[in-house]
Amino acid sequence: MDPLSTLWETFFDVDAMREALPEMLTVGLPNTLILAVSAALLGSVLGLLLAVAGISRSRWLRWPARVYTDVFRGLPAAATILLIGVGLAPLGMQVWGPDPYPLGILALSLIAAAYIGEIFRSGIQSVEAAQLEGARALGFSWSDAMRLVIIPQGVRRVLPAWVNQLIALIKDSSLVYFLGLVASQRELFRIGQDYAATTGNESALLLAGLFYLALTVPLTHVVNWIDGRLRHGRPATAPADEDEDDTDPALAGAPEGDRR
Amino acid sequence: MTTSVSLEARDVHLAFGPNRVLRGVDLTVRRGATACVIGPSGSGKSTLLRTLNRLIEPDRGDVLLDGRSVLGDDPDALRQRIGMVFQQFNLFPHMTVLRNVTLALRRLRKLGEDEADALARAQLELVGLAGKANSRPAQLSGGQQQRVAIARALALKPEVMLFDEATSALDPELVKGVLAVMADLSAAGMTMVVVTHEMGFARRVADTVAFMDRGVVLEAGPPEAIFERAEHPRLRRFLAQVL
Repeated sequence: MDPLSTLWETFFDVDAMREALPEMLTVGLPNTLILAVSAALLGSVLGLLLAVAGISRSRWLRWPARVYTDVFRGLPAAATILLIGVGLAPLGMQVWGPDPYPLGILALSLIAAAYIGEIFRSGIQSVEAAQLEGARALGFSWSDAMRLVIIPQGVRRVLPAWVNQLIALIKDSSLVYFLGLVASQRELFRIGQDYAATTGNESALLLAGLFYLALTVPLTHVVNWIDGRLRHGRPATAPADEDEDDTDPALAGAPEGDRR
Repeated sequence: MTTSVSLEARDVHLAFGPNRVLRGVDLTVRRGATACVIGPSGSGKSTLLRTLNRLIEPDRGDVLLDGRSVLGDDPDALRQRIGMVFQQFNLFPHMTVLRNVTLALRRLRKLGEDEADALARAQLELVGLAGKANSRPAQLSGGQQQRVAIARALALKPEVMLFDEATSALDPELVKGVLAVMADLSAAGMTMVVVTHEMGFARRVADTVAFMDRGVVLEAGPPEAIFERAEHPRLRRFLAQVL
């Protein structure tokens, strides 16, 4: 066989892909999504707490937030996942058994929170001081003013950077394979790697890569779309004053402070 | 508006580091009266307003509503009694006009949604913007935004209103509408402290005009006295420049 077709067979063996496809769809994709979405939610909540602590007037909140961010941003993700996933495993064993997912999600969340916290903090700090003054003058306490007026605006401004972090999270979710996964726990990367290892053919791993791209590329476009909307505002539609519906399609799904 | 109270500032001092912004300000506004504070920029006018509702705590001196010191009160509760309007409006851009007005009604006054909406719409009606309830602040002109800001403050039924150069950021053709709303409010008996560069408004609407310079009220009195029989040379010089 000539080298070129060998290369082609190594990466684009359709039969090998077809063999791996069902398990990727039914096991790998759901597991990757479970890891990424859970860590995104937990990481965003923790990130918001870190952001607020980071701008607090009390150094007892500011300093721990600073140290936390430095540590979890500074360590390699693989090291953090192993340290937490393996280091806390005996503890986890007593609470929920041998399932590596809770600790994997925890580790991913802790890493994401460090980045998301910085993203949210920069957004919150970009909101003009006059907004805080306006809210305080109405009689809102500092914490209410932050919660209702400042944070919703600040978070909106950094939604593109936040989505970027979700993309990183989807990719990093592949690292939980370090923790040892039984067959039903494997996510996309691990399934692709297993097939590649048993067949000596990389096509299944390439297929896993295509799954990641199918998740992340649309998200990058969501980033661009949000960014454009925030920069240019909503496209002109009917005059807003006659419009009885005051929901804002540009920000649907955005963290809301003003509607509850 | 029978709920207005009198307001008095006594010997208010405030320094930012070495910069002594207020150096013993005295100001008395009778219940239902309008005081206009005029003076060159940097004289401490806006800072004085912020000490009256304790957005900035004075270093020394006293602020009294209805003859009672408010410096020991809960500042958040105090600010619900005092409405304030800013040069840059400070509307919340992520909310509709209606939500801007209802936010404090619902969160601080704990009104239900229907009640708050009705009250807010009535207040917007008064400033001529009932039709803009569902717009975003950015879709309004500066003059309209400032009238929304006034409606937002009035919705809480304040006992005193503070205006910090409410028309300084507006295009000239929009100033009139905002001043008209303020004049109506004054005529309705609201106690008001108005920091302004609109000398015509001060002359027409104010019961008292106070001239501030370098952190003190140099001269105060009825508009005729200030604008026609100014005593202090610095006030005369100021008036010669602005009139």
